Amino acid sequence: MNYQLDFTPVIDGLPNLLLGCLGTFLLAVCGMLLAIVIGIGGVILRTSKIKAARWAMIGFVELIRNTPFLVQIFFLYFALPLAGLRLDPTPTAIIALGINGGAYAIEIIRGGVQSISKGQIEAGLALGLHRAQVFRFIVLKPALRAIFPSLTSQFVLLTLSTSIASAISAYELTSVSQRIESESFRSFEVYFTVTAFYLVISWLMMRLFGLFSSRYFAYPVK
Amino acid sequence: MGKDEFVFLLVGLKWTVVLSAVGFVCGCLGGLAVALARTSDIKVLNKATAAYIGVFQGTPLLMQLFVVYYGLALVGFKIDAWIAVAIGLTLHASAYLGEIWRGSIEAVPRGQTEAAKALSLKYASRMRDVILPQALRISLPATIGFLVQLIKGTSLASIVGFTELTRAGNMISNQIFQPLTVFAIVGLLYFLMCCPLTIFGAHLERRFAASTR
Repeated sequence: MNYQLDFTPVIDGLPNLLLGCLGTFLLAVCGMLLAIVIGIGGVILRTSKIKAARWAMIGFVELIRNTPFLVQIFFLYFALPLAGLRLDPTPTAIIALGINGGAYAIEIIRGGVQSISKGQIEAGLALGLHRAQVFRFIVLKPALRAIFPSLTSQFVLLTLSTSIASAISAYELTSVSQRIESESFRSFEVYFTVTAFYLVISWLMMRLFGLFSSRYFAYPVK
Repeated sequence: MGKDEFVFLLVGLKWTVVLSAVGFVCGCLGGLAVALARTSDIKVLNKATAAYIGVFQGTPLLMQLFVVYYGLALVGFKIDAWIAVAIGLTLHASAYLGEIWRGSIEAVPRGQTEAAKALSLKYASRMRDVILPQALRISLPATIGFLVQLIKGTSLASIVGFTELTRAGNMISNQIFQPLTVFAIVGLLYFLMCCPLTIFGAHLERRFAASTR
């Protein structure tokens, strides 16, 4: 083995890589927001009285959860233009991330809503709280607290899966690193460094989520 | 899409199954080692496996495959793409399964270990005969959930350049210019593999929840 590791292309490309990190972050945040919207809307349909809506949501969730994200993103990439939506790769990737994350979010949020027992709501009303107060303190906050760990770990997974968006050349860290790799042929050095970047990104995200949860959910349960 | 194209997809499907099977079986062995090390009393092993799990759960699978693929070539191993991908998937699966099984080993009531110790069972027997069978049962739904995750993850081998189902779909769609049809069929094939497993996992979970109530 007489290969010399050479990190100069990585160091030269550092500004681009950092911009790529920003791209990944943006993709992840937009994807999460869309996932929350789809998740909440989906739960409303999933728990509605209309049978067709319930079944449509079950079908949607299972379809998304049992197919690879890569196939979903390819499908969407070709399907959106046919539906009359000509978007750049990056917005397409955000939509794909939102749909994928949304399907998982539906199941997680549904679990949280069901974890609030009816008796709690009745107890709140009996103690003279307004309906809005009951919703805020008795339904929303405990439900959020219950689902927070699984929702945030799902979001970290979503952040990691933004790397797959490089397959349709959306602007994020992996596609930036692929460009540097194809110019310098220093594949191992580039991907090794970028892997470390991802580790930092996901670690930062977990810290942020942890900070948020210790700030807003730090009240005793019993 | 004609018969030839579909047969080409089925060949890709075969490789997806092979990759998933190799990754899962080897990942189970690796995962068991990781879980045992993670729950052992030896501090170094504990820390090392915690770091291992942290790294593999904190980075994208795609990057792991890239690093393994180019890393192995760099060290001088001349191996086929599919073996490199299988090694990458094994390392990935070992970390995730190790973490799942650590949780289920710790979920076995403490009294079981104490009783086994009181009966003067050695570590190997304590684990093999007392703890692991119970832990396995607890972990089964999550393990199957991860298997589904792994099957979907094999699609990333296509980006590394290995012709499995997704890449076969890509090649066909470039040939016949019907990307929607092709990717719908590819998606359906994945769905047919994963959905029975998901249903089985959910079934086990319900049964387990009912039996512990």
